[in-house]
Amino acid sequence: MAVGIIGYGAYVPRYRIKAEEIAAQWGDDPEVIKRGLLLYEKTVPNQDEDTVTIAYQAAKYALVRAGIDPKEIGAIYIGSESHPYAVKPSGTIVAEALGMTPEIHIADYEFACKAGAEAMFVCYSHVKSGNMKYAMAIGADTSQGAPADALEYSAAAGGSAFIFGSDEEKIIAEVLYTYSFTTDTPDFWRREHQMYPQHGGRFTGEPAYFKHVVSAGRNIMEMAGLTAKDIQWAVFHMPNGKFPLRAGQKLGFKKEQIEPGWVVPWQGNTYSGASPNGLTATLDSAAKPGDLILMVSFGSGAGSDSFIFRVTERINEVRDMVPKLWDLIHGRKFYLTYGQYAKFRGKIHLNPDV
Amino acid sequence: MIVPRHYKEMPQRYKLQGNRCKACGKVFLPPRLVCPCGSQDLEDYNLSWRGKILTFTIIRTPPVQFKYQKPYAVAVVELDGGGTIQCQVTDTPLEEVEIGKEVEIVFRKIFSEGEAGIHCYGYKCRVV
Repeated sequence: MAVGIIGYGAYVPRYRIKAEEIAAQWGDDPEVIKRGLLLYEKTVPNQDEDTVTIAYQAAKYALVRAGIDPKEIGAIYIGSESHPYAVKPSGTIVAEALGMTPEIHIADYEFACKAGAEAMFVCYSHVKSGNMKYAMAIGADTSQGAPADALEYSAAAGGSAFIFGSDEEKIIAEVLYTYSFTTDTPDFWRREHQMYPQHGGRFTGEPAYFKHVVSAGRNIMEMAGLTAKDIQWAVFHMPNGKFPLRAGQKLGFKKEQIEPGWVVPWQGNTYSGASPNGLTATLDSAAKPGDLILMVSFGSGAGSDSFIFRVTERINEVRDMVPKLWDLIHGRKFYLTYGQYAKFRGKIHLNPDV
Repeated sequence: MIVPRHYKEMPQRYKLQGNRCKACGKVFLPPRLVCPCGSQDLEDYNLSWRGKILTFTIIRTPPVQFKYQKPYAVAVVELDGGGTIQCQVTDTPLEEVEIGKEVEIVFRKIFSEGEAGIHCYGYKCRVV
């Protein structure tokens, strides 16, 4: 039985801040950031946006492309590290607003930047096992990065939603293989009640990101008996612009195979929505029927989930039904000063409301 | 404590679930029991998520929950397919808020109940 994505959608906010604006605040050289990390600007959530509203919009677009009754969806899982509540699921709000309740299984996932891919993995398994007809996975974040930290140049907002199903005529991208590679690697973390995450600096590179992403990519390709030459497009988790290109190079991919989903220089790292947005951008732009797409997520802590998808003819029918991610990234946008950005992100200490 | 009220109004705030008079076709959000035409025969109706700004005002001295969003616009939006709603205009510079402008309705956080209360979600509009 073929199982795959039958609907997908993405959303990023309209607000942006440029690398130059952040660099000016902290006395960094913007050219070093832009050249070194390949980050030019990032999305910033409006004051009324959070993981729930981003997930909602991405899910709404996915439902349009799927053309199904929301009540038929058996599960909704939202992966994020910025759920608006510490206790109370984001998924219940999104499911209620989209008319999926009450006969639905809901859970919020967390695993640093791979929580969205985790949700995809479980939704795929639910459908494959016959446990449910459709299941929706969302990766969305309003990422946190401490002021003056390198993460401040990348931590962005956005996300993607995917509905998995097995109706052959509805499948847009069939899942051919899945693989996971996970170890206990403390490269990035946030303790309870801490506002911002901590990270291990250069330790986040080789022993964390590259070890897991390259292993998950290499091993799934070995499992499938494929090489980078057999796969048209590749998406790797995008903590910055440089890492996914280098991971792709290690696995034999050319830059042109990564570029359709390489949204990070203009979007930033949308954490749980990073590799999902890369997949959406690839489906929205370059993917043709019959193409294979490799997607490898990465979540600090640390692990990678990898997927190989085969695109179907259906992509040509659904692609233009809703706004495409590249259009949202390069479309209407408003640039913020650092002061406005600090207010939007709640970085300014205020007196309590009276 | 606004939880019971927010919970009760979820269908309207989350899904634009109103009703329509079967006699004259007028659409209402929030739903009404009796139409101004006198009919009590109304049916459930989900309003459209697209429309046009009918009129608007700029809020420069907002209530406490909205004080860090000032200045912002509140518009009366005439929705495609009938019905009008009043909502905040988001994601749009104030100089672009004009009567007749096409808007899409978006799902947003309207306000949070203090530092520890619930987040209340609902509809706003933004210029397309």
